[in-house]
Amino acid sequence: MMTTAGASLTSVTEEHYAEPSFWRQYVFSTDHKTIAKQYLALALFWSVVGGLTAHIVRWQLAWPAGTRLGHRLLTPDAYNAMVTMHGTIMVFFVAMPLLLGAFGNFCIPLMIGARDMAFPRLNMLSVWTFFLSSLVLLASFFVPGGAAASGWTAYAPLSSVPAYTAAVLGQDLWILAVALEFASFLMGGINFLTTPLTLRAPGMSLWRLPLLVWYEACASLLFLLSVGPLVAGAVMLLLDRLVGTGFYLPARGGDPLLWEHLFWFFGHPEVYVVALPGFGIMLEILPVFARKPIFGYRTIVISVLTAAGLSLIVWAHHMFVSGMDPRLAAPFSVTTILISVPFVIIVFAMVATLWGGAISLETPMLFALGGLASFILGGVTGIFLGSETTDIYLHATYFVVAHFHYTMFPVTFFAGFAGLYYWYPKMFGRMMNERLGKLHFWLTFILFNAVFIPLFVVGLAGTPRRVYAPAAYELFKPLQHFQVAATVATLLLLASQLPFVANFLLSMVRGRRAEKNPWRANTLEWTVESPPPHGNFAAPPVVRHGPYEYSVPGSRVDWMAQDQRFEPAQAAGGG
Amino acid sequence: MIQNWLPLGASSFSGDVDGVFRLILYVVGAWFILVEALILFFVIRYRRRRAGQAVYVTGETAYQLAWILIPGLIVLLLDLGIDASGARAWGKIKEQTPAAAFKARVTAERFAWLFTYPGPDRRFGTEDDLWEVGTLHVPVGQPVELEMNSMDVIHSFAVPNFRLRQDILPGRTIKAWFEATQPGSYEIECTELCGAEHYKMQGKAIALDAKEYERWSREHWPAAPVRPQDQPKTASAAHGGNE
Repeated sequence: MMTTAGASLTSVTEEHYAEPSFWRQYVFSTDHKTIAKQYLALALFWSVVGGLTAHIVRWQLAWPAGTRLGHRLLTPDAYNAMVTMHGTIMVFFVAMPLLLGAFGNFCIPLMIGARDMAFPRLNMLSVWTFFLSSLVLLASFFVPGGAAASGWTAYAPLSSVPAYTAAVLGQDLWILAVALEFASFLMGGINFLTTPLTLRAPGMSLWRLPLLVWYEACASLLFLLSVGPLVAGAVMLLLDRLVGTGFYLPARGGDPLLWEHLFWFFGHPEVYVVALPGFGIMLEILPVFARKPIFGYRTIVISVLTAAGLSLIVWAHHMFVSGMDPRLAAPFSVTTILISVPFVIIVFAMVATLWGGAISLETPMLFALGGLASFILGGVTGIFLGSETTDIYLHATYFVVAHFHYTMFPVTFFAGFAGLYYWYPKMFGRMMNERLGKLHFWLTFILFNAVFIPLFVVGLAGTPRRVYAPAAYELFKPLQHFQVAATVATLLLLASQLPFVANFLLSMVRGRRAEKNPWRANTLEWTVESPPPHGNFAAPPVVRHGPYEYSVPGSRVDWMAQDQRFEPAQAAGGG
Repeated sequence: MIQNWLPLGASSFSGDVDGVFRLILYVVGAWFILVEALILFFVIRYRRRRAGQAVYVTGETAYQLAWILIPGLIVLLLDLGIDASGARAWGKIKEQTPAAAFKARVTAERFAWLFTYPGPDRRFGTEDDLWEVGTLHVPVGQPVELEMNSMDVIHSFAVPNFRLRQDILPGRTIKAWFEATQPGSYEIECTELCGAEHYKMQGKAIALDAKEYERWSREHWPAAPVRPQDQPKTASAAHGGNE
């Protein structure tokens, strides 16, 4: 493996890494770092749109249309469209491009000591396919009938018969956009798997890979394994809508339950496709700011492989009350709840990494710790939904909404922000402002909890999700002040992203110039210039040890880059 | 405490669901507090104060790994306990339908519930069938079997007070059952997005005690009113599956 990696590095011509023209450098670039930034820009754009859809949905729930403060134009169909687009955007157009597209593309080649991805042109095709997909989804807001309104899960026949929602072209475009998004991340996923397998620098054995590389590759593998059936399902959905087939229509011999199985066979692994890179980012950051090796590196890798494997056989926990044979519930409940075991091990390994450390709370560490602390609540509340019996009561309520926001928000936004504050100096060559960063963290952390804790209460009372006016039910009228509290917190949460926007943009021109290794971290991306040049490494680095050798006894400094030899402390120097 | 945030339970199995809920609440609540407390304690206790403070521990030896593998093992055992108790209650609620003296057909159609009673002859599709839109009258203390159909998209029949929820798929007849334990009026929700006016798809289950049910029954079938107290209570005689 080592010789292969070395050979392929030297066989690439130097010409490939010469300074390209403007178009080749910034637009149709094959450089993984530029592609990462393109994904990042699209993800940030979509997070603004996703935030606005959340704003509209939450506003309606607190102050319904028709009341004094209510939206004047928000019809029930438009509300359903906002709910649908919020889910679609946040999962497929924010979480994936941010965690896989941006961080995966930026970090994988740098971390393994490669000059680029294994298939740079495929990588470029991936980001441009995603761009096209984004255009299609954006267009769907403006077509007659509005955007898709059948939920991000698009259950048939609501989604398969055009007459059932106001969106006609909107739903077709939704299917097209999601299919293009899948194609984009399939192409990306091929790179995420082949690059760490074939282009590792000499000495970079699999057990020396940074955990983020493991987690990105594992997420891509899961995506590749699970998305195929859903692509087939989406084609059938489109045929049902456009040609009049009846794959999901009982009157024509079809079955709506088929869509639910195809959707969730992909949909549950998809949660891990997003969660694993988020965990990977947190796992990279904890040792750096605790100045300690990650606790149980191999156990963490084995646990994530176990969790990923299990995640392929849990999907029917979304369908306990769907009308499938009830005897299927118990086995799926067992597999679902068992997934807590590898995750408990990973979380305890993260906690154990903190033990005996020298913890400093710079912004990336704050976000990583905030993400970990929040995710735990998402994890434990999942047990209530994984148990088939309590799911009878809690299924499709705000308890589910609060639960999955406690899993998805920490891995997407807390881990995403942690990664941005951490790798920003490497990406843009300048430091972000710490004071604004800390302000951003505390506002986000407090307000995020202020949004979703009230929704647990609302959900425990039985309030169903995706309902235009929950106060239409007598049972939930007394809970209206919780809805208002969650909405006020949402508005403040959105506003509190402004310090980040300012920090992100202003630091590019006014930030302090970043040195090579501002965090004194070990992984290979910190051994090159900030930002790294086209082609990354002048000569292939030679890796000498694992990525988390911090505070090695007898060492001159408390870190040791992966390509550095052990340097013993001088008589005069401190340990 | 937290379990009091659930609405009043008013069916024969609401106690089973709430029991599993409490079990999970205590188990995961303890873990949640333990792990959050550890994180907070470690972050405060091991804040960076001086160079060389961190200890070099890789967590690769068996002794060190025990610190994370033993909690994993404990969680595994607790998981199996939760699985067992959940499966027991699920079996009672969803896998067995008691032979019920009272039946009703539930027809879900965007955006209303239609309830059909078989009448004194206990057979659907006969002259004495009675139907109501949005209101389901049932006797207290008797298992009621629901035969559910959808005319269009997927709907979900949910009564929070009964801890009952069941999706209704077009093209199939799906069965569910419950036994109300307290007289009262309980809200029925559709909890599967079914279109623009999904939020208006509401109903009421009205549970009547024996005397009230007989009076209601007399209004509709004066010739042969149904007296719940004369009906055999057959909840214990379980049979068959869902379909």
